[in-house]
Amino acid sequence: MEAINNLISSGGVEDVLFYVFAALTLLCAVLVIANPFSRNPVTSAMFLVLTIISMSGLFLLLHAFFLAAVQILVYAGAVMVLFLFVIMLLDLKEEARRKIKFFGLAAGLVSVGSIVAIFFKALASAKPGVASPKLEGETYALGKLLFTQYTLPFEIVSVLLLVAMIGVILLSKKKLE
Amino acid sequence: MDWNFIIFSLVKLAIIVGVVQGLVAYSVLAERKISAWIQDRVGPNRCAPPFAKYIPVLGPLLTRWGMFQPLADGLKFMFKEDFTPAGVKKIYFFLAPAVAVIPAMLTVAVIPFGSVMGNQKMVLADLNVGILYTFGIVSMGVYGIVLAGYAANSKYPMFGGIRSSAQMISYEISMGMSVIPVLLIVGNLNLSHIIGWQATNGWMVLYSPISFIIFMVASFAETNRTPFDLPEAETELVGGYHTEYGSMKFALFFLAEYSNMVSSSAMMVTLFFGGWTLPFWGLDHPANSIGMGIAHILVFMAKMLFFMVVFIWVRWMFPRFRYDQLMDLGWRRFLPLALVNILITALWLWMRS
Amino acid sequence: MAITVDRKPLTFWEKLYLPAIIGGIKVTTKHAWNTLIKGKVVTMEYPEQKWTVPDHYRGAPYLVKDQEGHTKCVSCQLCEFVCPPKAIRITPPGDTGAKADRTNAEKMPAEFEINMLRCIYCGFCQEVCPEEAIFLQKDYSLVGTSRAEMIYNKEKLLSLGGEVGGIQKWKNKLEEAKAQENFPVKL
Repeated sequence: MEAINNLISSGGVEDVLFYVFAALTLLCAVLVIANPFSRNPVTSAMFLVLTIISMSGLFLLLHAFFLAAVQILVYAGAVMVLFLFVIMLLDLKEEARRKIKFFGLAAGLVSVGSIVAIFFKALASAKPGVASPKLEGETYALGKLLFTQYTLPFEIVSVLLLVAMIGVILLSKKKLE
Repeated sequence: MDWNFIIFSLVKLAIIVGVVQGLVAYSVLAERKISAWIQDRVGPNRCAPPFAKYIPVLGPLLTRWGMFQPLADGLKFMFKEDFTPAGVKKIYFFLAPAVAVIPAMLTVAVIPFGSVMGNQKMVLADLNVGILYTFGIVSMGVYGIVLAGYAANSKYPMFGGIRSSAQMISYEISMGMSVIPVLLIVGNLNLSHIIGWQATNGWMVLYSPISFIIFMVASFAETNRTPFDLPEAETELVGGYHTEYGSMKFALFFLAEYSNMVSSSAMMVTLFFGGWTLPFWGLDHPANSIGMGIAHILVFMAKMLFFMVVFIWVRWMFPRFRYDQLMDLGWRRFLPLALVNILITALWLWMRS
Repeated sequence: MAITVDRKPLTFWEKLYLPAIIGGIKVTTKHAWNTLIKGKVVTMEYPEQKWTVPDHYRGAPYLVKDQEGHTKCVSCQLCEFVCPPKAIRITPPGDTGAKADRTNAEKMPAEFEINMLRCIYCGFCQEVCPEEAIFLQKDYSLVGTSRAEMIYNKEKLLSLGGEVGGIQKWKNKLEEAKAQENFPVKL
């Protein structure tokens, strides 16, 4: 009882939850790509959903409520449903999954390597210790930042999305002359 | 965080879950009764435990109203043989009902169902991003249906699952867009703040009626109720996604559908009809006594039950939409309408400021 | 060949759905009002209120007695033969069994059983019976707690069937003969 009281008052619950969510994220992410029990694409998709949900749990622990909610809303709620929709429509056979190819492997290694490099750089420059989050999940502050300091990246991303959308519409129209 | 918070949260949690479950059970009864009245019938009026006839006046009366019917239904579901058809994908078959029910029950957590009682706020989690949370959780509800369709490994449930995923995504967009004017007007994502704003300025439905209409229609689609019950269209797909399910697993899908109804009624009340407030009798500010607190909860419940009745009533009023009509309505009518609505509201707010 | 059905394009109001919604509200409210307030229901509270069975109704087949209380059945076994679901089982008296209890008949069945779980109420037995001994009567809710209980024996069938006075057989034969004389097709 005393131990639990101490844990609650010292904020230790959040630490425990962090490790739980982090472990869940990693475990599910591994199971998405290399599941020893099942090669079923639907299983992979469901583990990806779990990964996204546990990642939004991590966002919650950082007090980024908006991000956490949007993560679930957009990725788990919409994108992954579309993934499932396509998988179910195509009815991929378990053995028809792509074999590992050299080019794919090389591209994957390069991208993973570059992400690791970025993380390493970011983490090396970060100061150790607990910093209080600046945004506190306030949607207002986030919106303000997006439209003042980060206007250019924001607009570039929206143009990118627009291009992708137009591309999809063009591709889905069969009559291409 | 302290023990007080934990205990009160647990109590509130237990009460909310109990009330929602009870509402679900009795809304099934209401569904049967209202459908009976609309179709010139009487509805369930027989079911009674053996002791009911010894209670003078009240016993037979409650039996006439079918008040014991939900108990009988529940017992029936419990004691039916839990049947697993051959050839289903076992894990998903067992997982799907749970995945359907959990989001349905989670949504009610952020809805303020009353003002204050003592010094306890009558809401389980007063999130700053309440609306986004609700949409996020509601969007998770589709997995239960899609997985059920996939797990059953037969064609009609599969059709149900596919229809459901397309339908949910289409209407989620309209639903999300329809609420944005409300957020623009209030300037906050917290549901308690939205109610507070409505208490001083009047109900939101007067400011943004188009939002309300789109939200209501979209929530019919999200809860798979007629006229948008394509995932479980009996006449076309046998039973849709739950064709292969029986006993308590089937009951869980039922529970999910009706819990979704409860939570979307609660959302409609909260967003557009002032939540627990009433503009007269001094019910529009947080309660300062236990009596007022109870009155607020009762006001909220009354408003919510009204929308539940609307949900049920509509089911016996309209035929089902065809699939292309459904998509047409979602993407080509409601989405542009919602966008125009956002623009107009933004312009109006800009002119005023 | 595909037939294209011309459909009128929807008018503005039809596209708006609103008149249809208002119409739906009107109809459903009217019916709910009639049921709830005026108490007009089309259903019946079954065990308390019973349906009046029309004269031509074909319910459960029972054996009947004549006006003197004698068994009309002569154990000819035509009904047993014609019965599509084989619900009827007749045990003839044989050499040792009891003779008919009426004067103008040779024998009567030693046992006559109808399995009411098999019976499909087709009425063939009534139609085929030369003695007018079996009639489809007005009972429609036969209840039992076991399969054996639902096999009705001779005593039960006779007691349920009651008496049908007067033998219509010869009158009917006469009418049939007359009808054949007036047969519309002349040979």
